[in-house]
Amino acid sequence: MVNKQGQTRLAQYYEWLTLEERRALEGEIVRKCLARNEQQCSFVEHRNYKIVYRRYASLFFLVGVDNDENELAILEFIHLLVETMDRHFGNVCELDIMFHLEKAHFMLEEMVMNGCIVETSKANILTPVQLLEKT
Amino acid sequence: MGSQGGFYQSKEFLDLVKSIGEARSKAEEDRIVLNEIETLKRRISEPDIPKRKMKEYIIRLVYIEMLGHDASFGYIHAVKMTHDDSLLVKRTGYLAVTLFLNEDHDLIILIVNTIQKDLKSDNYLVVCAALNAVCKLINEETIPAVLPQVMELLAHPKEAVRKKAIMALHRFYQKSPSSVSHLVSNFRKRLCDNDPGVMGATLCPLFELIARDVNSYKDLVISFVSILKQVAERRLSKAYDYHQMPAPFIQIKLLKILALLGSGDKQASENMYTVVGDIFRKCDSSSNIGNAVLYECICCVSSIYPNPKLLESAADVISRFLKSDSHNLKYMGIDALGRLIKISPEIAEQHQLAVIDCLEDPDDTLKRKTFELLYKMTKSTNVEVIVDRMIDYMISINDNHYKTEIASRCVELAEQFAPSNQWFIQTMNRVFEHAGDLVNIKVAHNLMRLIAEGFGEDDDNADTKLRSSAVESYLRILGEPKLPSVFLQVICWVLGEYGTADGMFSASDITGKLCDVAEAYSNDETVKAYATTALMKIYAFEIAARRKVDMLPECQSLMEELLASHSTDLQQRAYELQAVIGLDAHAVACIMPSDASCEDIEVDRDLSFLNDYIQEAIEKGAQPYIPESERSGMLNISNFRNQDHHEASSHGLRFEAYELPKPAVQSRIPQTLIASTEIVPVPEPMYPRESYQTTMPSIPSDAGSAELKLRLEGVQKKWGRSTYTPATSTSNSTSQKTVNGTSQGDGASTVSSMRETYDSRKPQVEVSHEKQKLAASLFGGSSKTEKRPATGHKAAKASSHVVEKSHVPKSSLEVASEKAAPAQQPPDLLDLGEPTATSTALQLDPFKQLEGLLDATEVASAVNGAPAASRSPDIMALYADTAAGIHNKNDADLLSGLSNPSVTNMPGTTAMPQVTQSSSKGPNPKDSLEKDALVRQMGVNPSSQNPNLFKDLLG
Repeated sequence: MVNKQGQTRLAQYYEWLTLEERRALEGEIVRKCLARNEQQCSFVEHRNYKIVYRRYASLFFLVGVDNDENELAILEFIHLLVETMDRHFGNVCELDIMFHLEKAHFMLEEMVMNGCIVETSKANILTPVQLLEKT
Repeated sequence: MGSQGGFYQSKEFLDLVKSIGEARSKAEEDRIVLNEIETLKRRISEPDIPKRKMKEYIIRLVYIEMLGHDASFGYIHAVKMTHDDSLLVKRTGYLAVTLFLNEDHDLIILIVNTIQKDLKSDNYLVVCAALNAVCKLINEETIPAVLPQVMELLAHPKEAVRKKAIMALHRFYQKSPSSVSHLVSNFRKRLCDNDPGVMGATLCPLFELIARDVNSYKDLVISFVSILKQVAERRLSKAYDYHQMPAPFIQIKLLKILALLGSGDKQASENMYTVVGDIFRKCDSSSNIGNAVLYECICCVSSIYPNPKLLESAADVISRFLKSDSHNLKYMGIDALGRLIKISPEIAEQHQLAVIDCLEDPDDTLKRKTFELLYKMTKSTNVEVIVDRMIDYMISINDNHYKTEIASRCVELAEQFAPSNQWFIQTMNRVFEHAGDLVNIKVAHNLMRLIAEGFGEDDDNADTKLRSSAVESYLRILGEPKLPSVFLQVICWVLGEYGTADGMFSASDITGKLCDVAEAYSNDETVKAYATTALMKIYAFEIAARRKVDMLPECQSLMEELLASHSTDLQQRAYELQAVIGLDAHAVACIMPSDASCEDIEVDRDLSFLNDYIQEAIEKGAQPYIPESERSGMLNISNFRNQDHHEASSHGLRFEAYELPKPAVQSRIPQTLIASTEIVPVPEPMYPRESYQTTMPSIPSDAGSAELKLRLEGVQKKWGRSTYTPATSTSNSTSQKTVNGTSQGDGASTVSSMRETYDSRKPQVEVSHEKQKLAASLFGGSSKTEKRPATGHKAAKASSHVVEKSHVPKSSLEVASEKAAPAQQPPDLLDLGEPTATSTALQLDPFKQLEGLLDATEVASAVNGAPAASRSPDIMALYADTAAGIHNKNDADLLSGLSNPSVTNMPGTTAMPQVTQSSSKGPNPKDSLEKDALVRQMGVNPSSQNPNLFKDLLG
């Protein structure tokens, strides 16, 4: 998750990369995606990956997938994540994610494991996160 | 957060987030983070830090790493936090640890214990947190430590736990398939879990298992089909619906699995036809997610045993995708087309113009995808056009990764479908010229081989022509500056072999050029080596032809330089050249036969010519050679070694003494050669051999001619026969085959004329004519029946083109309004309007502004209604419509972004501030205002540097 100045707001990797590799990778793909306009398609090839990205206000959501992935589905998965965060935070904005970085991570942890989509029901995603808050 | 309670965070944390949020450059951000690292290093090791404070420190560490700095000083504290009793603190600890550490980190061992304890917890949320950590932190060695507990959890009463346990098992399978090979049946069991979440998660490991071994899972086809049917019939809980689609992500995964299972299996495929057909019919093609499912259906249909009806549905969907205005859908359409043409190649034809539009689209992603499609549909009839286009594109891009890929594709297509040798060589030259350093060296070797061998036809004349034209083109190309090294190697080799062969060019022409190359690329030793050897060949041929050899002065100075070169290889080549020049014509003809690179070479592996020498040596009292295997000491050791190999798996350590170190020579050189090294003092057999493996033909100058011959052969073997049919005939047949030559000429000229017309910017109509021509050459639509529909298309396409063009200047309004439709959301999210951040009033006191807005809510909504009510077809109304009815903040921001490119400007200051302002808070502003109020108390407010922070992501 990156804002439109290219600053990282949330990052999660499902394959280990060193800090330097992450920094370089993020720099490269963010540059590529920010350079594109709204008419162009939301997919960018990068090395052996494809980046599927979607923009919400000031934030870009970028997902790197391998070549067999259904890009449109990933695009909608991003939207599902945003809708879920919106349901939790209420009119979610960049600042919500910044102030509650761990919660945004928790939601993502519920939705994706081992790089696979495991949960797509908003109720199931949010229940554990909300229970955590009550403790 | 609104209803979810207030901030736990301290002022310090809020300040940090605020300053990071408002940082305007990477440098500023770095400064903030470096500062923060210093602060945290001091603070975090203080004694008795309260839990909540510690959690905050850990999140600050997460920030540090996320922004690209090292936070390893705090890892241990994150590890400690996983021990905490408080669930929230514990889970944050686990989160931080999974973000910081990879599975091989030293600290993991400290966490395994905690994980084991937590997996036994009564609180299912603790178990879940631990299972999350298991998926990220457990490596092959630690799997056994948690495996029994994970297995137990598969039957946990809570579905969330079962789901995560399945994924943990999945992770173990990914890490080490053998460690859980006896447990894979659990995945099958969980497929029947009565919770759809668990079932859905189980599809992930099953997909991977099936991808590796389809046949073991054929029995599940019926189950998958019936699950898919139930999902499509909305039998799952409504909670899984997404944009009115029933569990689309599960449907997609199931379709992927069915595609694997049905591939090449008629019987299995027949079970799937009905359900896939149903989905084709039911799918809502107006939403993105519906199209995603449809796309997956196409993938499935093109993978399983073909069914005409389904193929027809797939083709319909593809044509809808391709005709769509959305680039995303076009992209999916091109991809889907690439899949379907494998089964029904004829469907490509009706889309030829759409494909060409995509090919010429400025969007790089779309273009590449289209090249991928063209690559898949290349035939010998269209290879020239396609490869030509690919090379043009290759020249135009800078991305080395993709350049390499497309270059290798060009080579592959050219090798596979080349209509003529001449075309092939021309194509290769272009590829080498522009991407020479990126292509595999083997490609260069192949090219040299082709030129040397000809095309295997017994027509030497054509081969000679081919070589002459290659030589000619290379002499021309050498004029270009900065050629890639690999290409230069090819050029030097060809010039050396064939430069003077046809008598067109004199030896001094060629040698002059070669010297130029060596000089111009003087820091590339390989090129220099190739050039030197080529020089040697030219001179050798001259001497053999009994012509007088005059070494050019630049060549002489080059040789002088190389004789003193630091590179022993270059030095050796230079000495060899000197030696060859000194020999008489007969000797030279023997060691450097003309055009003999394809000759068979007999290698005397027994070195029988040395027998006399050995005999003599033995007679003089030398020890006879004993083969290595018969030498006693060696024998034992090699036996030991064999045993070790067998037992290595059972014993971790070896207790026997290590075997004696063997001289490297023995292992490298065939036994017969060892004999000579041990018994007779053959001078340094090792070095020249090695140089053969790495370098070009070279002839040791310090040995007798018999040896010379042998070594030369060894060298030529590299270029001679290794993988191809030996020895084109050397007999001069007089039959002429000019047909080939002329047809080549034709092909080339049509290609080049085509290219010319593409490049020239011509009026619309003409372009479309060209397009049609291109279409014809790509899709082979040369017959009249095929052309007619194309012309019909053409007219339609041309007009639509015009329409598109006229769209563009109409600003982004229309685009935005169009976009709103696919981004429709469930009604409960229909919150219109902008966040407070977008309201104007930069200078106002934030609190006053807040009060004002709270009071003015009603007013605002009234204003909001006004423009919507007065809807009329003009642009203003369109704008108002989009602004008021935005479902997607994306669009709102796009609008302001386009009319106002400056990032820091408030969106409210755009051309129509009133409209934006009126929609500044939708029907439910109070919640978000309260939320913002809290932030503002901390000093973060929309009038500060980065108002974007406040913008709602969704409208």
